[in-house]
Amino acid sequence: MIYLKLFLTFLKVGLFAFGGGYAAVPLIRETMTAQNWFEDEQLMELIAVSESTPGPIMVNLATYIGAKHGGVLGAAVATAAVILPAFIIILLIVKVMKNALKNEGVKAAVDGIKPAIVGIILATGISMAAGNIFAFIPEDAAVFDLKAFVLTAVFALIYFGSRKVVKNGISPIVLILLSGAAGVVLYGI
Amino acid sequence: MKQLLELFVSFAKIGLFTFGGGYAMLPLIERTCVEQKKWLTNEDMLNVTVIAESTPGPVAINCATFVGNKQKGFLGALFATLGMVTPSFIIILLISFFLESFLEIKWVAGAFQGIKIAVAVLIVDAAIRIFKKIEKNALTLTITAVSCLMLLAVDFLSVRFSSVVILLTAAAVSFFVYLAKRKGKGGKENDLS
Repeated sequence: MIYLKLFLTFLKVGLFAFGGGYAAVPLIRETMTAQNWFEDEQLMELIAVSESTPGPIMVNLATYIGAKHGGVLGAAVATAAVILPAFIIILLIVKVMKNALKNEGVKAAVDGIKPAIVGIILATGISMAAGNIFAFIPEDAAVFDLKAFVLTAVFALIYFGSRKVVKNGISPIVLILLSGAAGVVLYGI
Repeated sequence: MKQLLELFVSFAKIGLFTFGGGYAMLPLIERTCVEQKKWLTNEDMLNVTVIAESTPGPVAINCATFVGNKQKGFLGALFATLGMVTPSFIIILLISFFLESFLEIKWVAGAFQGIKIAVAVLIVDAAIRIFKKIEKNALTLTITAVSCLMLLAVDFLSVRFSSVVILLTAAAVSFFVYLAKRKGKGGKENDLS
C-alpha cells in the first residue's frame, strides 16, 4: 500500500537524517532506487525546487514525493512521517530525558553517526556528479560528456571561489539561477 | 488559544520567508523568538541549536517543537510545528501538480540540465559543511572515509545494502570505542546519568 510505504520511508528518513536537509538525500535516493520511484535526474530536479522554494528542504522533498505517488493524502502522510521523529524526540528530550544528550554514551553514538552522514552525503554528491559527466549506458562503455564536465568544474569554482571574495559566498539559490541560465544557453536552445 | 495561534502564525512566517532549509532559518528564528517575542533567552537559543544538531530530522522542526513546547506544552509544540510546515506544504503541493508538464518545455528542460550539475556541487558542499563542524580524530576520519567508500561501492559495484546499516554501524563503533576508552581509564569517571 502506497501510503504505508510512504509513511515508513519518510519515517526512516526523519529518524536518520542528522545535520539538515541534505542528510535526507542519500536515504531518499536509496528508497527511490529500490522502489523504482524516481531516477537520479528527477531527484536532482526536486532538490533544486526544494532549495528554491521556502521551507525546510527535507519537508519539501517529502511533500513533493508524497504528492507524486499518493496525491494530497500522500503528501500529508509523507510530510507527517518526516517530521514525526524530530517532533517526538524533542518532546522526549525536554520532558522525559533531560540529560539524554549529556549522557556520554549517547553522545558517543551521535558523534559516530555524524561523520558517517558526511561520508554518505559526499558519496551521493560524487555519484551524482559522475552520473552527470558520464552517461552510463548499460553493457557499454561510459560516454564522457565534456560539456557537463566543464560545467561541473566551473560551477564548483564559482561556488567555492566566491567565498574568497564575498563573505559566505554566493547562496545556493544564486548558483541554481546561474546554472539554469547556463543550461538554457547550452542545452535548451 | 490566542497564544497557540500566535505560535502558528509566527512559525508560518518563518517557514514562508526562509529559503534553503534549517540552518538558513536559525537567524530568523532567533530574531522572532528571542528579540521580538521574548519566548526564548539567548541561552535557550544556544541550547536549542545544540539539541537540533544532535537529533535527527529537519532542524527547523526541532526548533519549532522546542519553542512551542516551552510556551504552551504539547499543543504549543503541535501548533508551532504545523505553522512551520504549512506554507511549504501548500507551495510544494501546487508545484507538484505542474512541474512535470513544465519540464516538457524545451528551454526549461535545458535549464534543469544545467541546474542538475549545480545540485551535485551543492550536495558535495553540504558534506563539507557538516564535516567542518565535527570533531576530527582518527575515529571520525575513518568513519567518514569508510562510509563514503561503502556507499560508492553500492552505487558503482551494485552491492546491495542500506545506508541505514552504515549509520547504525558507525554509531555502534563509536559507542564501543567510547566504552573501551572508559574502561582503559580504569573506570575513573563515574557516569551516573
